[in-house]
Amino acid sequence: MAWTWFHRLGSPPYIYGLAGRLTAWFAWPAGLLIAYGLYAGLFVAPADYQQGDGYRIIFLHAPSAYMSVMVYTTMSIAAAVGLIWRMKIAHAVAASCAVLGATFTVMTLATGSLWGKPMWGTYWVWDPRITFELLLLFLYLGYMGLRSAFDDVQRADRVSAVLAIVGIVDVPIIHYSVIWWNSLHQAPSLMKFSKPSMPPEMYIPILAMFLGFTLLFAALLLTRLRAEVLNRERTASWIREVVSA
Amino acid sequence: MNEYGAPASASYGAPAAPAGAVSMNAPPVSPMDVAQVTPPQGSPLTAAGLVVARDLKLAFRKRGQWIQPLIFFAIVTALFPLGISPEPSKLRAIAPGAVWIGALLSSLLALEFLFRDDAHDGTLEQYALSGQSLTWLLLAKTATHWLLTGLPLAVMAPLAALSLGAPIGSVPGIVAAVVIGSVALSLIGSIAAALTLGVRRSGALLPLLTLPLSVPVLIFGARATELAIGAESYSAPLYLLGAFAVLGVTLAPLASAVAVRISLE
Repeated sequence: MAWTWFHRLGSPPYIYGLAGRLTAWFAWPAGLLIAYGLYAGLFVAPADYQQGDGYRIIFLHAPSAYMSVMVYTTMSIAAAVGLIWRMKIAHAVAASCAVLGATFTVMTLATGSLWGKPMWGTYWVWDPRITFELLLLFLYLGYMGLRSAFDDVQRADRVSAVLAIVGIVDVPIIHYSVIWWNSLHQAPSLMKFSKPSMPPEMYIPILAMFLGFTLLFAALLLTRLRAEVLNRERTASWIREVVSA
Repeated sequence: MNEYGAPASASYGAPAAPAGAVSMNAPPVSPMDVAQVTPPQGSPLTAAGLVVARDLKLAFRKRGQWIQPLIFFAIVTALFPLGISPEPSKLRAIAPGAVWIGALLSSLLALEFLFRDDAHDGTLEQYALSGQSLTWLLLAKTATHWLLTGLPLAVMAPLAALSLGAPIGSVPGIVAAVVIGSVALSLIGSIAAALTLGVRRSGALLPLLTLPLSVPVLIFGARATELAIGAESYSAPLYLLGAFAVLGVTLAPLASAVAVRISLE
């Protein structure tokens, strides 16, 4: 009885409608938070005593770096749910995550290298966290490559789910092995368990950006999920009703 | 994942076969669904031993296939002095990286033969239906693959390092690192090979899947080799390499077995 909501999640028309209704609830707060975060971060927050205005790219860089890992985790959990409980919608979620995660990873790399030029004097340094992001990008590309190698969607789903699960086991190991390898990246100044080493005018916009990016991801994921469901169900009869309506 | 498939006779027997058999108008049954008919005969270890013996026998009949990755490794090592500089001090500095990149690439090359032939002639399907644990059988196949590619690499790697100017005292450390590291490489490779079984041209896909996952092996292996060449204690990276290999032995065959079952459906 209490589980009916869960079973309905397995129905593509229901998911299609639900995702459509929910998108706006994520998109609007995301837009507002990101607009506030960008304005407060780029214009209001004080300049850094050492890095000047150059540090402001962190308002984009740090949230997208967080998203690049968060999306991989989401993708792996969705893939595991799809593989274990044979839930097609979960596979569709995982498939929708990959491109978004890869985009966030590319954004992290791009903003990081733009920041690196004035700070380190070069666009690219083989710094552990940059290298980790690059490897993460390769993991996303491998996942997408494996998925596109199969014509049959269901087989692509299940094979790529195994890869995503293997990947999520290996990602922490890759992360720490790359960290021990070498480091000249600045130490984390926000994700520490003590008080953040920045003033509230800086970290409140950053937190707004973190939350905004998370909601943005949710909104984009729901939109992609609708497209994915349409594509997978293109021969089903309910599609005709939805499209003609 | 299900450990026990049905014995082959239950699914391929006469139409009048008893319960558990597949009747003609029943929907198609995957190896996983025909499960729990009869417990397997013989322990998983016996079956694994038989797989090792069979694979070794087959490998000795086509020796050329297994020598190719070693020749490839030698060529890659020879490319580094040609591409960088014949100067001994420079070569000694790049020796750990050169040896490990060579090892990584040649283990990749050898992955092609891990499951492919057995998938083509139906052997893997029979393994899945045999009633034995597919996980154990694939671990046995991977172990044999390591005996044929990883272990020879451990002999070649010190030679390559010596040619790049590593001192003779570094040989035990390099051998230890390559022996342990190649176990991890074979296991990661077994997952990727199982995942790409259903792909017609997996040539470019296999490196894309394997190499990012193998980065820890490269880092710890090259670090241990570097310390061994510098005559320092290399036990710390070796332990980490060992830990990674143990994790691989524990989890990789499970993942490979799931992937093989999906590919067989």
